Amino acid sequence: MSPEPASQALAPSAIGGQGRRGLSFGRRARDRPGRGGPDGIGDGRLRGRAGTALGAGLLGVYLSVLVLLPIAALLDSATKGGTSAFWHAVSSPEAVAALKLTLIVSAIVVAINAVFGTLIAWVLVRDEFPGKSVVNALIDLPFALPTVVAGVVLLALYGKGGPTGIDITFTRAAVGLALLFVTLPFVVRSVQPVLLELDGSMEEAASSLGAGGLTVFRRIVLPNLTPAILSGAALSFARALGEFGSVVLISGNLPFKTEVGSVYIFNQVENDNVSAAASVSVVLLVFALIVLGGMTWLSRRGSRHVL
Amino acid sequence: MSSSETAVIGRSAVPRARSTDPGRARGHEREAGKTARRLGLRFLALGYLLALLGAPVAMIFYRTFEHGLAPVWNAVTQPNAMHAFWLSVELVAIVVPLNTIFGIGIALLIERGRFRGKWLLGLILDLPFAISPVVVGLSLVLVYGRAGWFGDWLSAHGIQVIFSIPGMVLATAFVSLPFVARETVPVLHELGTDAEQAAATLGANAWQTFRKVTLPAIRWGVVYGVVLTTARALGEFGAVSIVSGRLEGQTQTLPLYVQDRFENFDTTGAYAAAVVLALLAFATLLGMNLLAKRTRRDEVV
Amino acid sequence: MAIEVHNVSKRFGEFVALDDVSVTVRDGALMALLGPSGGGKSTLLRIIAGLETPDEGSVSIGGQDVTHAPARTRGVGFVFQHYAPFKHMTVYDNVAFGLTVRRAPKDEVKERVEELLGLVRLDGLAKRYPSQLSGGQLQRMALARALAPRPEVLLLDEPFGALDVQVRGELREWLRRLHEEIHVTTIFVTHDQEEAMDVAGQIVVMNGGRVEQTGTPHELYEHPSNEFVMSFVGPVNRLGDALLRPHDIHILGSGQDLYSDGSAVEALVRRVVHLGFEVRVELTLPDGRDVWAQVTRETASELELAEGQILAARLPPPRIFA
Repeated sequence: MSPEPASQALAPSAIGGQGRRGLSFGRRARDRPGRGGPDGIGDGRLRGRAGTALGAGLLGVYLSVLVLLPIAALLDSATKGGTSAFWHAVSSPEAVAALKLTLIVSAIVVAINAVFGTLIAWVLVRDEFPGKSVVNALIDLPFALPTVVAGVVLLALYGKGGPTGIDITFTRAAVGLALLFVTLPFVVRSVQPVLLELDGSMEEAASSLGAGGLTVFRRIVLPNLTPAILSGAALSFARALGEFGSVVLISGNLPFKTEVGSVYIFNQVENDNVSAAASVSVVLLVFALIVLGGMTWLSRRGSRHVL
Repeated sequence: MSSSETAVIGRSAVPRARSTDPGRARGHEREAGKTARRLGLRFLALGYLLALLGAPVAMIFYRTFEHGLAPVWNAVTQPNAMHAFWLSVELVAIVVPLNTIFGIGIALLIERGRFRGKWLLGLILDLPFAISPVVVGLSLVLVYGRAGWFGDWLSAHGIQVIFSIPGMVLATAFVSLPFVARETVPVLHELGTDAEQAAATLGANAWQTFRKVTLPAIRWGVVYGVVLTTARALGEFGAVSIVSGRLEGQTQTLPLYVQDRFENFDTTGAYAAAVVLALLAFATLLGMNLLAKRTRRDEVV
Repeated sequence: MAIEVHNVSKRFGEFVALDDVSVTVRDGALMALLGPSGGGKSTLLRIIAGLETPDEGSVSIGGQDVTHAPARTRGVGFVFQHYAPFKHMTVYDNVAFGLTVRRAPKDEVKERVEELLGLVRLDGLAKRYPSQLSGGQLQRMALARALAPRPEVLLLDEPFGALDVQVRGELREWLRRLHEEIHVTTIFVTHDQEEAMDVAGQIVVMNGGRVEQTGTPHELYEHPSNEFVMSFVGPVNRLGDALLRPHDIHILGSGQDLYSDGSAVEALVRRVVHLGFEVRVELTLPDGRDVWAQVTRETASELELAEGQILAARLPPPRIFA
């Protein structure tokens, strides 16, 4: 049998850069090869009970203070006024416009990423050219760069006074561009390791059976890449939904035109409409979690025969 | 194919022909077709990257330094800029060790612990990827702000969280929480418990085992996670924006400073600060790439 | 379809995989490329298939020069060592692939796939996925898939290497019978000389990128053209420059009269190993050198072979290759 490929962008790719790992939640240890204890997950090795209990307790406090309490407070604030207040906040025209814009632009961006991300991964894995390793390293730039700098950087080229003559400030295109920038690495890094591990003999077999290049890609390579593409797309989408820093400078945040969900929430907070902000926040968060969970589930399903 | 042949040939999906025979016109046409396609794909990919990534970044460096080094130096050494820089560094210095220690702890719990509710840990690790930074800031305000859950208690004890450093620490820690854990979990998994069990039979207690057996084995995963955490912490904008009140010279981090300068039409100042952050980002990239190879090597062992 | 390979050379960087190799395969033949790993056999097979292109030389199939023709135009069926299954497709879709790619009508495809699945005895597994099949089943699926588009030539790259011994034996037998039925020109690569001798009508022995010898199994065994072939194709004893076959060393027994004609020497029995169907006798000759002889069970019990005995043994005329 061909060697078992890494499950969904698991290990860092050999070329360099991190394979975005996909969700931790719901992943069981048997999805991955490894040498865990008898149940494959943990063997209760954590001995030294007093020390462990203290450590775990400290960890619990840390996580509560940092994550659990704030999330609980968020949910509480969103539902404070009951269903009617929640609904009122979420269905306000400006909120709806912001959410709609966010969803639509994010979806478009993710679709573009799926195509171009795969293309870029393909070229990085299958092609050779001088400077390839530099290009490969730069893929992670949007991840390493602060989002606000991303906005400034894009404006330098595509904003007022830029050399291209294009001025996208205050347009929806600007929102799209910013989101494309920050979500670039996700699909690429998700697909790269899978492509690396892909058994070349499958493509050769297809070739010997009479399939031309495009057919081989369409019927052999692509189906094997789809789980990774979906996984990367899921992360892209979740990121795009919540993106703030890169969008806030470049889009002008015009309500009903270029104001995205996160900016709307920000404005509500500045105006002390905390409960309304929390309500819309919850909607955005739940949506992101659903999309993430759903696409990851699809991705796992798609790879059940392949891994 | 026999293994030694494979080792030499390597994996090649598209058979690369290297015929030295001159007279095969038809063959060369086909080669040309294949090459055309390959070049086409390459230029499409590189073109996209240039338009989206390369050109904008190059532009920023150009714009920043187009009038020489002096104005840039000037902008960067402004008191508010310096303060912003050191504030960012301070936040990183606090948050990264915290998230490293707790991140390793989480990873250990997931991979070596036995208890119900691991799903919750997984969810917590995934949350920062699903949640908008703005929502992070909001949720912290709801707990630690004046009108928040602990608002009264905090005021009574004279502790200022929101609009102050502690709040910014919390915000930065929240968004950069998962990285060390996520990088350490697979390494721990691959490592398995054999070595640790061997240490136990030789008389080592839990802490010794951890320090001498586990930690050395996972160190590159941890370091890689630390690099990612640092990058994320340094660049955090949205959450800190809400939580800090963006008070100039007091609670402005470097990213917030960039926005501030930009909104005040001080493009030189904004660009200069942006370039500093970009340079730090490049340093991070370098770290990531060097370490990725190390991590892989360790995992293979 | 006959296959002609003329003066083919192939390099991978510094490594010379094939050095001026010429092979002729008759139409309908069942031929083995035999040799140690790294010897060039797989490379040659892949060049015939069109998965690699030679640096020099030519390949023709059925009289047509195909040296630069891509794999998909050559009408060659290829079976890979690790089966190369399309993991995301069912067994049915795998086998049908060569036909669907040529846009054959659906009912034709169905008929042909079912015919082949019956032939390889995988009927009933059509809806399964490769991940649900055993090694032997996967190999049979790979065969069916390669045969579906009615190739003129069938090439197999170490097809049974990854299987258990018993399955290997069954599939070997099966391949031979298949060839008898279908008569498609077949070449397979192996490093197992027993497999080559058992299955093939013609064997090409390759080593270090060169052809050492071509011939029938019998020819190779009885008349090896050099040391390499002789030692690769069967067991040997080496005495200085000479090679002797173990079963040619005859143990005559103990008795002074056996030495009378001068052809026998004294030999000390160092060890007797009963391997079930044969007995291996390790001997030390008067000059101190060690050899081992292969005798039948009957001979062993007749002579009451035991450690420490000194017996008369007749060595065959040694074979020395200049």
